Amino acid sequence: MSIDEGTAAKVAKLARIKVEPEELPHLAAEFNNILGFIEQLGEVDVDGVEPMVSVTPMRLKRRTDGVTDGGMQERILSNAPDAREGFFAVPKVVE
Amino acid sequence: MLDLTYDTPKPKVISGATGDWELVIGMEIHAQVSSEAKLFSGASTRFGAEPNSNVAFVDAAMPGMLPVINEFCVEQAVRTGLGLKADINLVSAFDRKNYFYPDLPQGYQISQLYHPIVGEGEVLVELSEGIARLVRIERIHLEQDAGKSIHDMDPHMSFVDLNRTGVALMEIVSRPDIRGPEEAAAYVGKLRQILRYLGTCDGNMQNGNLRADVNVSVCRPGQYEKYQATQDFGHLGTRCEIKNMNSMRFIQAAIEVEARRQIAILEDGGKVDQETRLYDPDKNETRSLRSKEEAHDYRYFPCPDLMPLEIEQGWVDDIAAALPELPDAKKARFMQDFGLTDYDAAVLTAELENAAFFEKAAQGGDGKLAANWVINELFGRLKKDDRAIADSPVSPEQLAGIIRLIKSDAISGKIAKDLFEIVYTEGGDPEAIVEARGMKQVTDTGAIEAAVDEIIAANPAQVEKAKANPKLAGWFVGQVMKATGGKANPKAVNDLVAAKLAL
Repeated sequence: MSIDEGTAAKVAKLARIKVEPEELPHLAAEFNNILGFIEQLGEVDVDGVEPMVSVTPMRLKRRTDGVTDGGMQERILSNAPDAREGFFAVPKVVE
Repeated sequence: MLDLTYDTPKPKVISGATGDWELVIGMEIHAQVSSEAKLFSGASTRFGAEPNSNVAFVDAAMPGMLPVINEFCVEQAVRTGLGLKADINLVSAFDRKNYFYPDLPQGYQISQLYHPIVGEGEVLVELSEGIARLVRIERIHLEQDAGKSIHDMDPHMSFVDLNRTGVALMEIVSRPDIRGPEEAAAYVGKLRQILRYLGTCDGNMQNGNLRADVNVSVCRPGQYEKYQATQDFGHLGTRCEIKNMNSMRFIQAAIEVEARRQIAILEDGGKVDQETRLYDPDKNETRSLRSKEEAHDYRYFPCPDLMPLEIEQGWVDDIAAALPELPDAKKARFMQDFGLTDYDAAVLTAELENAAFFEKAAQGGDGKLAANWVINELFGRLKKDDRAIADSPVSPEQLAGIIRLIKSDAISGKIAKDLFEIVYTEGGDPEAIVEARGMKQVTDTGAIEAAVDEIIAANPAQVEKAKANPKLAGWFVGQVMKATGGKANPKAVNDLVAAKLAL
C-alpha cells in the first residue's frame, strides 16, 4: 500500500486538519514510513495462533442499568466557547 | 388444526413509459433500547429532560473518560434477537465509525460493524388473511445514538443537546425482501409489535425511539427472482437510502416518490447514483445529501476502549426461557382456543394490553362473545371518550361478569348493553347491579305467556295479518319485549308467539 499526496489530502480533510499543499509530499512520505513499519508484521507466521485482543486476561467490564450520572448541565457546558439556554451553540450546520 | 401456511403477496408494480417496474426495499430500523441509563454511561435516557442534563462526561467525550457497557442493553439485544428467531453471537465486538458532526462529540459512533451481537433471523409480515411476506433479518447490532441539533432557534447558530448522545440503539437490518410501500409499513408495524411484546423498545415513533432508514431500488419484473435464486445483487437496480423516518405514512410516501424518481431517470436513459437522500414531506420529494456523502468515509476500526463482548450460552438460554408469548403464537392460540376469526385475533393481539384484557374478559366463559364485546363495545366506547385501554373504566373482570350474565341467559343482549353503560359510567359489580335494578331476563314462561296473550287479545287485526303473512309475527315479539321492558328471553317469546298464533 502506498499513500500518494491525494490520499494524504483526503485523510487530512476527513480529520478536519488543515494542511498546506507544500506539506503534502512530506506527510505522504511519513504515512508510507508508518505503513511500511506495520507491514513488517506480515512477515510473522501466525498460522494456528489465536488472535489476542488484550495483554491482560480481562473480561469486558459491565455496569448495571441504573442512573448514576448526569444532572450537571452547567459543568457539561463549562468548556463550550458558546452556550445558550442550556444548549451548545455552534456555527450553523445545515444539511 | 389451523392452517398456518401463507401465500406470498404480489410485489408493487409501477407502470412506466417503457414497461413495468418492480420495487425492492431493505430497511434498517433503529430501535431505542428501553433502558434507564445509556449504553456506556450512567446518564439517564429519559425523554424531554432539560437540554444537556442527561449527560455524563463519557457522553460529552471529555478526555480520559472510558465507556463501560450497560449489561441490560446487551440483554435486550439478545432478547430481541431471540424474538426474531435469530442466531446469537456469543462473541461480538465494538468498532468506531468516524465522522464529524456537532452532535457527535466523540467524533465517532461506537457501533458493531464487523461482529454484531445478533446474526440472521426472520419476521413474518402478514398483509391480509392468509397472505404474508417472510422478511429475512441480516443482523442486529448495538450502537450509540447521536445528539440532537436544532437549526431553527437562531438564524446563524445551531443548538446542540447531548441528552440523546450515547443512548443505546439496536439497529435491525433486513434483507431486501420487502416489495412495496404497504409491505414496508407492515414490516415496521410488525417489528414494532414484537419489540413491544418483548419489552426491549417502547416503539414510540413520535419521540424518535423507532426510526427507519429505507433502501429503495427498482428493477424489471423477473430480476428479483434471479436475485433470490443467486443472492447476486447484480440482478437488482442501484439503491438509494432514505434516512431517518419516524412515521409510517411518510415511509410509504417516500418509497413511492423515490421509486418514481428512479424510474424517471432510468427511462430517460440515465443512471441512478447510489446515495443517501432525505424525504421532505412538505414537498413530497426526496433530496440528495450528497454534500455530506463525500465526507462519509467512516474509517471503521475496532474500538480500543472496549474488549470484545463475550456472553455465555447459559445466560442466553435463561433469556430464551423467559421470553414472553409473541404475537404470532398468541394470535394462533386465540384462534385455536377461543375460535376467533383471523381478523378478531389480529385486532386483539395488536397490543399486549388489549390481548391481556381480552384474555381476562374471556374468563366469563365465552371467548367469541368476549372478543365481540372488547372489539365492538369496549373499544368503541373508549374511542368515543378518547381513552386508552389502560384507563378503561370497565375492568376485564367486570366485563367477564357481564359476559357470564349473558351466557347464563340471566340478561338479554339488549339489557347487557344497558348494563355495560352503567358499569362504564357508575362502576360496580355487574351481577349486583342486575339484581338491585331488576334487570334480570324473564325466563318464567308463565309471565311471558301472559304478556303474549294480552298483546294478541288487544290486536285482533294484527293477528289476522300475521296469520296471512307469518313474517309479521315479529311485530308481536317486539311488542312483548316492549311490555316486559326488554327483559323477556327473546327465544322464549319467539317460540310462544309462534305457538299462540298457530304459525
